[in-house]
Amino acid sequence: MPGVRPPQEAPTSRSDAELIAGLRRIVGNEHCLTRPEDLFAYGCDALTLDAQRPAAIVLPESTEQVASAVALCAYLQRPFVPRGAGTGLSGGAHPTPGAVVISLTRMRRILSIDADDRIAIVQPGVVNADLSAAVAHHGLFYAPDPSSQQVCTIGGNVAENSGGPHTLKYGTTTDHVIALEIVLPSGDVVRVGSDTGFAAGYDLTGVAVGSEGTLGIVTEVTVRLSPIPEAVETLLAIFDDVPSACRLVGRIIESGMVPASLEVIDRRTIEAVEASVYRAGLPQDAGAVLIIELDGAACELQAQLERVRAFAYEEGVRGLEVARDDAERARFWRARKGAFGALGRLAPDLYVHDAVVPRTKLPEILEKICEIGDRHRLRLSNVFHAGDGNLHPNISFDRRDPDELARVIEAGREILELCVAAGGVLTGEHGVGNEKRDYMGLVFDDVDLDAMRRLRDVWNPDGLCNPDKIMPTTRPCMESNPKARGYDAVPID
Amino acid sequence: MDVTSELYEGTLDCVHCGLCLSDCPTYLDTGRETSSPRGRIYLMRGVAEGQIELGPGVADELHLCLGCRACESVCPSGVRYGALLERAREQLVDAGLRKGQGPRLERLLLRSLLARPARLHAFISAIGIVRALRLDRLARRLLPAALANAQALLPPIPPSPLRAPLPSWTPAVGERRGRVALLEGCVMRELYGAVGRATIAVLTRNGFEVVVPEGQACCGALHAHAGDLSFARSLAERNVVAFTEQGGAPYDAVVTHSAGCGAAMKESGGWLPGRSDGLAALTRDICEWLDESGLVAEPGRLELRVCYDDPCHLVHAQGIADAPRRLLSAIPGLELVPHAGASDCCGAAGTWSLGHPEMSARILDAKLDAIEAASPAVLTSGNPGCLMQLRAGVEARGLAIRVAHPIELLAEAYGMAVPGQR
Repeated sequence: MPGVRPPQEAPTSRSDAELIAGLRRIVGNEHCLTRPEDLFAYGCDALTLDAQRPAAIVLPESTEQVASAVALCAYLQRPFVPRGAGTGLSGGAHPTPGAVVISLTRMRRILSIDADDRIAIVQPGVVNADLSAAVAHHGLFYAPDPSSQQVCTIGGNVAENSGGPHTLKYGTTTDHVIALEIVLPSGDVVRVGSDTGFAAGYDLTGVAVGSEGTLGIVTEVTVRLSPIPEAVETLLAIFDDVPSACRLVGRIIESGMVPASLEVIDRRTIEAVEASVYRAGLPQDAGAVLIIELDGAACELQAQLERVRAFAYEEGVRGLEVARDDAERARFWRARKGAFGALGRLAPDLYVHDAVVPRTKLPEILEKICEIGDRHRLRLSNVFHAGDGNLHPNISFDRRDPDELARVIEAGREILELCVAAGGVLTGEHGVGNEKRDYMGLVFDDVDLDAMRRLRDVWNPDGLCNPDKIMPTTRPCMESNPKARGYDAVPID
Repeated sequence: MDVTSELYEGTLDCVHCGLCLSDCPTYLDTGRETSSPRGRIYLMRGVAEGQIELGPGVADELHLCLGCRACESVCPSGVRYGALLERAREQLVDAGLRKGQGPRLERLLLRSLLARPARLHAFISAIGIVRALRLDRLARRLLPAALANAQALLPPIPPSPLRAPLPSWTPAVGERRGRVALLEGCVMRELYGAVGRATIAVLTRNGFEVVVPEGQACCGALHAHAGDLSFARSLAERNVVAFTEQGGAPYDAVVTHSAGCGAAMKESGGWLPGRSDGLAALTRDICEWLDESGLVAEPGRLELRVCYDDPCHLVHAQGIADAPRRLLSAIPGLELVPHAGASDCCGAAGTWSLGHPEMSARILDAKLDAIEAASPAVLTSGNPGCLMQLRAGVEARGLAIRVAHPIELLAEAYGMAVPGQR
């Protein structure tokens, strides 16, 4: 019964040999993976389309090791790709062939917690939910709560500017990150922002958050912690159809209230969740369920709750349940957050889309999205952050069926075009990655894109740091960096 | 693994969401995607689709898995990971990837020792003698590492009365509520005879007549986990006969006092489709059965601070977390104290710890930290592998904590003088 044997595959070319020998010196043999199984497993993140194989994976344990690995890649002109837990849905952690994957999962220490100043300094591999758990006894939590928060890393959240159901009130990752340590694509280590939350000069923290790993590798994150609200009320409003649920969302927001969360789950998703380990007793004959969460001072909450109740009945709610305790509230949220995975029950693959439209247009856009799904004979379901118009049309499919896959891609394009035409954007929280880079032209013209490209080139002039992400490849003046593109793919098979 | 197999179909349930990662002991220890449930399922699928070869790397990763199945408890997509792992490991054997000394020895011990009660009894007796003569230190030097580790893990060998077969029939005490059969188990019988006796005592005290049917075999769990599914099937076949085709009227339940055995029997329908479904449906863990049927006899007081640590194959494989806690809480005076990570694996995982002593020790260390913080007088768990691992860990740290099966405490609460063991 042997353990995992040390990586010992023969490198595939002379330059690979040099690269891998160098990487092993930096992180040690055990933490440099080159077996074919490893190269295969690291070929994609949670977006399984277009998987590629890297040349090696390293798992550094310190900023110095990250910096050395990056400097080696820069010296050998080898592309490299940062990776957290690999739960991204836009292919942001997909390697280009022959790239080095720099996995931050072993850098998972919480370096300091300052409860009085309400900040924490963490390594990038710290799991989102673990941070909140670690500060809960101070009465604090880390607000951005993506559905994958039980497994996804803070570093990945920074790269993607992740949101979550509570974005409506608390904002996205960028609103909670105040300073960063970054290994630049040159191997230099810089600090941006400050632990006070104020910094002179350019807001480089703001630039780095949401840069999808194309400007460098974040190795330390200073986050703002939020006080756990005194009181929380969570309601399930049960409707016959999705548009009615959306109308209640509109009523609540237009009344001036700022709920913590307004989340819609449609019937197909309810069925999938109720068949899963995350079942929460959601009514399976409902057309839609709206989760409404109110939080704040206890004295204000009861009045808000009554107003929401009144609006709900005016909008024809079929049933209204209030979570009796924290356990029931947790159950509602687990159902919501397990929804994507639960949809995996319907087919071998799931395409999780992400787009944002003006909230007031939700009912008509959703109707059209469902029409698109039907027209392409696809199983489409909707789970979305209704309060801020962030849609997640999910398409269940089988990637082994080329015809169905083509229809999935086509429907995805039509959905994005629809959302953009309605004044929306391409992504709310999943990022552009390699998934949507060729749609960037829908929202940005050449001048806009060129400004972005020039910004990227300041820190990432050789295009080695997470190539082929964000910037489109289809338009002549927007071609990705020639050095990254011209790199000879290492034959792995 | 090929694209027409049941195994391949099973891998398609995974949509690669990654929600399993934080619950996987080997992912947490290594930080590696390849050593995660999602990674392993992807490897199985990759092999079936011809994207990677079925080679030693795949074999290593599939055998690095503890088979704790914590991933199943959090998988929204309902992947049946345990069943996939068994089938994949079987194919590793078929492909000749399990040839070294370790795997050969494991297979030999599982087939020729564990599943043969008389030989196992003689073997355990021999260990008792070696220990009595204080030759175990010498043995540790002479034996292969895995065997030496195994020897060190074994608890004190119980006195021979406790290693005698359980009585084949014990009448109910008071009003008879039903008739159940008990799976005696292999390791349970040799090393935890007190638990078997406590199980019978508690069952009879609560109105159940207990039969220990003849001809029953080892449940086959360890064989299946090692990829020896054909042998596991032959054992399951014997148990189908012993528990469902002889002994007159059908039993109300087939009770197990080992989580691993219970999980294997409940899932034996997958090994012998159609044939073992009846046995699978009848199988109940002892805590599950008592919780389901309710205690009729009032337990006496036990002033004890107790932790309950979930065996993976009870909480993850059978989805049973509340029943043992409710039973323990039913004992007046007993204070059940929670500890962090109670449903995390202890690092025993059947024979896994023998092949991976270092990682096993790290996993156990985290568990012991949590236990120490809760500082119970008794640490309970309902599976022989966990009991051994936890006892060895507690002893190594010099903690004054007794390690016991929950049913032993219940028996003691009924005032039964069951010769206990640490």
